[in-house]
Amino acid sequence: MPTQALTEAVYYILLSLLEPLHGYGIMQRAAELSNGRVKLAAGTLYGALTTLLEKGYISSVDEDPSNRQKRYIITNTGREVLKNELARLHELVKNGDMLLNDEGNDS
Amino acid sequence: MLKCIRKFFFVWDFEKEEKWLNEMAAQGLALHSIGFGKYYFEECTPGEYEIRLELLKNLPSHPQSESYLKFLESTGVEHVGSYMRWVYLRRRTANDGEFNLFSDLDSRISHVNRILTMVCIIFISELMVFVSNLGMAIMHNRMINYVVTGIILACVSLLGYATFRLWRIRKRLKQDRQIHE
Repeated sequence: MPTQALTEAVYYILLSLLEPLHGYGIMQRAAELSNGRVKLAAGTLYGALTTLLEKGYISSVDEDPSNRQKRYIITNTGREVLKNELARLHELVKNGDMLLNDEGNDS
Repeated sequence: MLKCIRKFFFVWDFEKEEKWLNEMAAQGLALHSIGFGKYYFEECTPGEYEIRLELLKNLPSHPQSESYLKFLESTGVEHVGSYMRWVYLRRRTANDGEFNLFSDLDSRISHVNRILTMVCIIFISELMVFVSNLGMAIMHNRMINYVVTGIILACVSLLGYATFRLWRIRKRLKQDRQIHE
């Protein structure tokens, strides 16, 4: 699988969906994980969920019995994608740390 | 009790319309429903609601739009009215900060694209109407034809300006997209 970067929205959606959640739950989880920095807007989230379903990165599990809202969960393919992305991010951080911090030490 | 206000906006003035509706909400009048050129408001605490307009891909009655609107509803967004493919949405401000429908550049670009396509189609068809009317005016050389042609020319110019503005907005977003997400 080519390691193409995920968008920030997709990254947080996939992370949130390690447990089954409905749309609003994903928005809350993403905000919680990022200390309120990532605010997924409903339109963007809906578009991303539709695409992720089509790609098979997530699947819809059931309806939340309390409010009859569709819930989603990450698939194995989705997990793979997420792992690749994490490796890519590690590389970014490693290189950034190394070069930027070196620069700081030099001066 | 509902308060009805008659006001007219051109379709391409959606930003002005949205701004006006938000000003009304800030003053304590939340959009409740819409009619042709009519806006119905209900009283609310000033600043209780935020309003957003969106041009959907399909009419609101289309299954895809229905499922989208249902999804929005589950996140606290109320669908208060529609005009063709335009939907009027509102959400309580107390929820989670500013009410936006799009949180990344890609989805904003695709929304602007949708509006640009629509305005562009109206612009081109109006341009053709203008050309045929001008032809008529020259052929018959009657005052009334020239007056009608003049009015159409005014519309064409407005539409041309709207197309240009949307194109500029899209260009700026696309430029941002080159470096940001």
